Amino acid sequence: MIIWQSVRIALQSIGANKLRSGLTMLGIIIGVMSVIAMLSIGRGMQNTVTAQISSIGTNLLFIRPGGTQQGGVRQQESAATLTLSDAEALASVPNVTSVAPEVDGFGQVAYLANNAVGRVIGVTPAYQDAMNANLASGDWVTAANVTTRAAVVILGSQIATNLFDAADPIGQTVRINGQNFRVIGVMAAKGGSGFNNTDTQIYVPITTAASRLTGNNRFRGGDVVNTINVRITDTSVQDSVVQDIGDVLRERHHITLQQDDFTIQSQQDILNTLNSITDGFTIFLGGLAGISLIVGGIGIMNIMLVSVTERTREIGIRKAIGARKRDILIQFLTEAMVLSLVGGLIGLAFGAMIARVISGINIGTTTLQTVVDVDAVMLAILFSLGVGLFFGIYPANRAASLHPIDALRYE
Amino acid sequence: MSAVIEIKDIKKIYKMGDVEVPALDGVSLAINKGEMVAIIGPSGSGKSTLMNIIGCLDTPTSGTYILDGLDVSKMSDDEQAVVRNKKIGFVFQQFNLLPRTRAVDQVELPLVYSGASDRKQKALTALQSVGLGERTHHRPTELSGGQQQRVAIARALVTNPSILLADEPTGNLDSKAGREVIAIFQRLNKESGITIILVTHEPAIAAHTQRVISIRDGRIYANERVAKPKDATHELTVYDTNGGGH
Repeated sequence: MIIWQSVRIALQSIGANKLRSGLTMLGIIIGVMSVIAMLSIGRGMQNTVTAQISSIGTNLLFIRPGGTQQGGVRQQESAATLTLSDAEALASVPNVTSVAPEVDGFGQVAYLANNAVGRVIGVTPAYQDAMNANLASGDWVTAANVTTRAAVVILGSQIATNLFDAADPIGQTVRINGQNFRVIGVMAAKGGSGFNNTDTQIYVPITTAASRLTGNNRFRGGDVVNTINVRITDTSVQDSVVQDIGDVLRERHHITLQQDDFTIQSQQDILNTLNSITDGFTIFLGGLAGISLIVGGIGIMNIMLVSVTERTREIGIRKAIGARKRDILIQFLTEAMVLSLVGGLIGLAFGAMIARVISGINIGTTTLQTVVDVDAVMLAILFSLGVGLFFGIYPANRAASLHPIDALRYE
Repeated sequence: MSAVIEIKDIKKIYKMGDVEVPALDGVSLAINKGEMVAIIGPSGSGKSTLMNIIGCLDTPTSGTYILDGLDVSKMSDDEQAVVRNKKIGFVFQQFNLLPRTRAVDQVELPLVYSGASDRKQKALTALQSVGLGERTHHRPTELSGGQQQRVAIARALVTNPSILLADEPTGNLDSKAGREVIAIFQRLNKESGITIILVTHEPAIAAHTQRVISIRDGRIYANERVAKPKDATHELTVYDTNGGGH
């Protein structure tokens, strides 16, 4: 009935005492501001991670040695169960576009006086397509390189910059773990973070990696690889391809379903896991910030209580001229909610500003991105209204329960 | 003439711990429609308690109170609020206007609570009838005491109540403003026939009414017609040589 009137009266009352209203809202403002800023960081992080992972493409499977569990007994991760021949055999599985086995290690790369440490990935020609490895300049590993165990290397963009600055690395000789390699290519910069960051990796022919860096001079069919990357045509066929790959490998390894000595993981699975991690992180951050929102609500309750006491006379007058208990209740509840809503909107504006300021700041190798999305905004607004409602009820009820005669007598 | 107020054997007893304090000890009276009545008594006589009961701000411990045909003595808080809103107009000694609120908004407030339409127009009409047509948008700090009380009277009238209940309405006013207020009451009583009850401790004020009810120690001990009620409007022209109004 008099909701609109109540809003007007509430706004009047808030405007009449700007300092007090401002101080009351401060808690909500800070609370909402933090929530929005935190959520935007979390969401930005999620978007960055998703984008990074998606840039390789989600139609990707990773096969690693070691089964997850076998017959109740946890299988020890034995590194010697995936071989180069396994990789070759998988190329004929339907809906598989390319198969790229890899051998991994760590290496120290040096050029003149400069030094860098990075993952060394031993690759085949197929790796470039399978993993969307984009070159900024130069060439990829060729079949000939693999056959001859050539000492050639493609540098990740960060490594190249660390060693060569602005100079062109192509054709130069670097030392990897003390051995000479000729630079034949430089990767395009990808940015981002995490150990999958191609910028800090170097790529050599798979046979070279095995012989020079892990000491296996006769790397061939029966020799072990760390990972087999499989690019499939589409995520829709993922399940059938996983099935088929499993069949092929089990047959080759002479094992049954229960005895899997390999694990197939999809890019999609990784994406989902990471998303749920960042979701959790975001909720956690948001929750922390939410605590300050609760404090803000307590502030509102305090001020409303003071306001009710100060306006005891006024409440008595209103009741004398015909306000019922619910009229007074609605009036004060509306005031509390308007206060918190206005505070929430101001906090929203500040939070968005903070998000804008944070965006683009670099921490280490990561660039912080922030995204203020509709969900966060709605959450903030609803939460502020909720806080106003919840913390306003007690004072509003006190006001509504005042006896008119006592209230009128109040000095 | 019909009775607009019928009070039969009203008792109001307050409990202070173990002790029972009878503020009203069996009060009976009747007030007819269109009368202008004074209730007079010293402080502690129970006149405030009686006024609170007449004004439906309080319920009696026992006895009946029939207002305009309605038994209001046993009503709930909400029901009493409605009665206060629609049937009773209050005028207080301390004006009791809402701070920082414009006159027209003050006067329309009872109509807001009753959900009436056309509130602004009714409020303006009420303000005009008390001579404040020029000051409808003034706030209390911009009005003199007499003007504030007139706003309060306009507010009391706006719902067309059955009775106007005034508690020491001139207590905070100088003598001229006080006479103006009494003059307004007398005019309203004569022109629109509204029943007016003035609660006071001053015989000089009571002398302007048609009947004086005297109360002491929680009991009515006199209920007399006034032979020749004084005319406040006349007094204003005689006693105030300043001429020109506020």
